[in-house]
Amino acid sequence: MAEVRLERISKWFGATNVLPDVSLTIGDGELFAIVGPSGCGKSTLLHLLAGLDRPTSGRILFDGVDVTGLEPRDRDVALVFQNYALYPHMTVRDNLAFPLRVASRKNSLGRPQIEDEVRRVAGFLGLESLLDRRPGELSGGQRQRVALGRALIRKPRVFLMDEPLSNLDAQLRASMRAELRRLHEELKITTIYVTHDQTEAMTLADRLAVLNQGRVQQVDQPHDIYERPANLFVAGFMGYPPMNLLEARVEGEMLRAGPIRLAKSRVAPMFSLHQAVMLGIRPEAIVVEPAEKIGEEGSVAGVIRLIEPSGTGAWITVDFRGQDGPTTVIGTAVPGFVPKIRDSVAVVVQQATLHLFDPATGQRFGSA
Amino acid sequence: MMPGAGGNGSRGGIRRFGVRGLAFCVLISAGLFCLGPVLWQAVTSVKSDQDLVRLPPILPEQATASHYERVLLQSPLARSLVNSAVVAASATTVSIVVGSFCAFALARLPIAGKPVILGLVLSTSMFPPIAVISPLYLLMRGLGLRDTLVAVGLTHAVYALPLAVWLLTSFFRQLPREVYYAARVDGCTPLRALLSVLLPLARPGLAVAALLVFIYSWNEFMFALTLTASDSIRTAPVAVALFPGLYEIPWGDIAAASLVITLPVAGLAALFQRHIVAGLTAGSVKG
Repeated sequence: MAEVRLERISKWFGATNVLPDVSLTIGDGELFAIVGPSGCGKSTLLHLLAGLDRPTSGRILFDGVDVTGLEPRDRDVALVFQNYALYPHMTVRDNLAFPLRVASRKNSLGRPQIEDEVRRVAGFLGLESLLDRRPGELSGGQRQRVALGRALIRKPRVFLMDEPLSNLDAQLRASMRAELRRLHEELKITTIYVTHDQTEAMTLADRLAVLNQGRVQQVDQPHDIYERPANLFVAGFMGYPPMNLLEARVEGEMLRAGPIRLAKSRVAPMFSLHQAVMLGIRPEAIVVEPAEKIGEEGSVAGVIRLIEPSGTGAWITVDFRGQDGPTTVIGTAVPGFVPKIRDSVAVVVQQATLHLFDPATGQRFGSA
Repeated sequence: MMPGAGGNGSRGGIRRFGVRGLAFCVLISAGLFCLGPVLWQAVTSVKSDQDLVRLPPILPEQATASHYERVLLQSPLARSLVNSAVVAASATTVSIVVGSFCAFALARLPIAGKPVILGLVLSTSMFPPIAVISPLYLLMRGLGLRDTLVAVGLTHAVYALPLAVWLLTSFFRQLPREVYYAARVDGCTPLRALLSVLLPLARPGLAVAALLVFIYSWNEFMFALTLTASDSIRTAPVAVALFPGLYEIPWGDIAAASLVITLPVAGLAALFQRHIVAGLTAGSVKG
């Protein structure tokens, strides 16, 4: 177990700067997620942590000790790959035992101790009956467990996972997610979990970092990232359906985004007249109601373009036709209201949960 | 197509039959074309000396084993076969061992200028043997290796090395990168990762490379001829080439000897075929 610190890490591949400047601190025993779209540099970051690659500049510290120049075998980290990367020519038993067999002489275990460890980890992960099979004879979920077991058997200081669940089907993914959480609760190994799936990062992690184009956009607890996204990228990337982002303008005491008008009073003082802002509204703060409510205080008339049932309710995409072009938002239907596509509806925006960003910099206004 | 032959099904059946028949004919003719010379050698090797210079008969009325007897028991061919086996086996071992290390480094280790290195390796095999044979001869004589099996084996190993390096590099590159990374994170040094993980997975590639090097060395003629002088050091192709006497060419003996030489290699190829079939990496990664 260890505290992991990245100090001003940068990485160039030839003339391409994949990671311009990353600094992060991951606490001892924390389950930390790094989330971002593909190509944002998150896998590169993981390779640097594992020692498979060296940063162009910057330092990596485990518990305050500089490990930047150390070989993977001297770092005591384990890595679970997206495609599992099991050794296909070995049985499950040999796959699990492999990290112990190749350990440097001073930590090497005898044959019976290795067998004990294999049994312990196999029991832990429910692999006892599969020990003599080869990876080719296992299902995706079973391979995933073997990969986890192989990573856990050494009791590494740092546990790295590179999109470990993205090759599993949806149901298995949900149960493996719960299992990973359970493993982490029991073992309390510092875990760095890389994923492009923001739901996975939100549900799994103690804290998470949002990465885009090699830059850390925000580091916080899932709840805080959701409630107070630091910039437009985080606002649009975290949460499903994505946050509605609308161009808006200050007009008198109102904030106007197309046909939507909101009182600016709550956030007002800092804005000048006609100032442009980006207005962010979570879909759950936009309520779609039957057409009878059109004309009521604060409601806007629109037409349904798309309905996505979400189990308990539905996400509804609504088009407005304002005088400055069409506007589209995603909202939720009030309970019990089952509309059809092209129905006219009334849309009400709840004031309490507005996010305002500077359209020039993308940064959140009033980031306090 | 036959008119009124019935429904769609039977017409499709006839067409399929036609296609199969065509494929069969093509395969047979291709096979005959390739194997024709070998068959002719086989026929020649069992003809009596009188039949050899007459046509007809194409097939002899009475087969004789006298050529085989003479070749195997009364000529130095048996000794030459042993020499060939020693030379080919050692050339194969050396070029596969050295080639594996080379190929691993080129496929997985962080080295600058890999394409240049691969190009240089390839360029060495572009010299025609005849161009290097005089300096090579002088070199071997200078080293005191002239007329030894070591000289022939070493030359073959060096000459086959580019082939081995290229084949194995592409084979190592095909193995999922993550498997190597996993081995490194699990605690392997690069060497240990090569020995415990990559080489076992590259077995089909190793088999192919080994087979090709072995065949090359087994059949190689010019180096073997130039670097050897005495009967007891000759390899099999050289020995056969030296069969013709001053006044006559023993066609029957030559035919028998060339078949005897071909058999071990053909046998090896058949044996290795099982390994050549890939699919050993099944189950390592999802796919």
